[in-house]
Amino acid sequence: MAAKTKPQATETRKPVVLVDNVDVTYKVFASGRKATRRLAGGGLFSRKLNLREVNAVKKVSFTIYEGDSVGIIGSNGSGKSSLMRAIAGLTPIAGGGVYAFARPTLLGVGAALMPALSGEKNILLGGLALGFTRKQINAAVQDIIKFAGLEEFIDLPMRTYSSGMAARLRFAIAASRNHDILIIDEALAVGDQEFRNRSEARMREMRANAGTVFLVSHSMKSILDTCTRVIWIEKGVLKMDGEPKAVVDAYNLHTGSDTID
Amino acid sequence: MSVAEYAREHGLKRVGARPPLIQYLKMAWQRRDFAITMSVFANQAANSKNRLGKWWVILLPTIQGAVYGLIFGVIIGGDRPANFIPFLFTGVFLFSFIQSSISTGATSVTSNLGLVRSLNFPRMLLPFSSVLRQFLNLLPQIGLLLVVLIVFQQNITFNWLLMIPLLALMAIFAFGLALISARLTVHIEDINKLIPFANRVMFYTSGIFFSMERVLGNYPTLLKLMDFNPVYAFISTARGALVEGYSMSPSLWLVCASWAFGALLVGVWFFWKAEERYGRED
Repeated sequence: MAAKTKPQATETRKPVVLVDNVDVTYKVFASGRKATRRLAGGGLFSRKLNLREVNAVKKVSFTIYEGDSVGIIGSNGSGKSSLMRAIAGLTPIAGGGVYAFARPTLLGVGAALMPALSGEKNILLGGLALGFTRKQINAAVQDIIKFAGLEEFIDLPMRTYSSGMAARLRFAIAASRNHDILIIDEALAVGDQEFRNRSEARMREMRANAGTVFLVSHSMKSILDTCTRVIWIEKGVLKMDGEPKAVVDAYNLHTGSDTID
Repeated sequence: MSVAEYAREHGLKRVGARPPLIQYLKMAWQRRDFAITMSVFANQAANSKNRLGKWWVILLPTIQGAVYGLIFGVIIGGDRPANFIPFLFTGVFLFSFIQSSISTGATSVTSNLGLVRSLNFPRMLLPFSSVLRQFLNLLPQIGLLLVVLIVFQQNITFNWLLMIPLLALMAIFAFGLALISARLTVHIEDINKLIPFANRVMFYTSGIFFSMERVLGNYPTLLKLMDFNPVYAFISTARGALVEGYSMSPSLWLVCASWAFGALLVGVWFFWKAEERYGRED
């Protein structure tokens, strides 16, 4: 078990992502009983008043090499998403550094879309948000509509879609682009069985096209199916990093799951 | 060998590092289509909720102008500036553009945190998009203003064309202010609460509904000082170009241009400095 992977002289493959002693902290105004109001002194301008610092990721280090498919596991609130956002450069880090040969991309586009507009307009907007040019997205629109299976409803406002339909559209837009380093949160695999099959096929394709993939998942089956390396984060600390089978077994022992589902 | 050196040796770059200013502006320019589409679509989405839709873009400022006209021209009135209705409408429409640019620009980053946390693009596009949105709303209002002018003055002059460079300067100025207020709001959300008051003060000190010359006639120094008030400079130059009985001065044009480019330079630099910070939760 290697708690930390430092650059080693024996490794001959090319490093593509280097995570060095990364800390992610959130400062939040706590408003519960736990806030130490009296101790903090108080006063209108004292930011300390109810401020709590949450250390979401603590001194995590690892190196990812070309061609690695990395599974990220850990219980809810263990800091997986914070770490992934830090790797994608979307959450500023409090300490350490992340280095990569291309900008890692988080698969997801939901925040750019506008529910009052039609599906087609949202495809255009989402595509531009992902960095497509207008020309590229216009060429891809029909494929995206077809992939989402929304041909009949594409001119209706997105707010009229069922949650499954909206999720399908979001996935179809997000997955329309290939990336060098891709971070996939498996919560994205949504929709009915037919769409699920299609999206899983597309994710496999994206994994094949991308040089490097991070897969955040609670399904040990898909982690074992697709990853060549697994990193286990617990309470913000890197608990284990290594062969998928070994790490998943240790994780299952920790959580009390007897078998792999 | 340090980690940073090791990374450099293998051609790895630090993720999330703020690019140099020139490169940053280039990246923003490449992604301009995203910002433009966001503005156009945001306006469409906002209008789709109301029955009268995009007509509100014109109706709202007209009602506003009528209300101010009633209060300041009729109820308090008596000392109305010459050619009052064109005078008032020019002031109200242009002022509402600057005001809404600042207030929507201020929240452009904080209200789009989801976008900032999930996608990577130069964050400058957010304040840019909100100012562009307001500018797109201003254009039909200018059309309405020209109709009002024709009705009241029954005359079209070449000076009207000067509105094109003036509006460009105003948009640049508004963008600069939006950049500054966007970053300030990221640091201190509370500023958001104070912006309406700042706007009010600006409204009452920029001669929207009264003639500065008359009110400050007895205080020549103060009147001279008012020439440096950007909002006043923009609005009185616009009146000089559009409204009969008012004239432009080259010195006010200079004031407008200096404020516009000054605000742009300061705003771009100030906003870019904190690029890495946007999206943090504190």
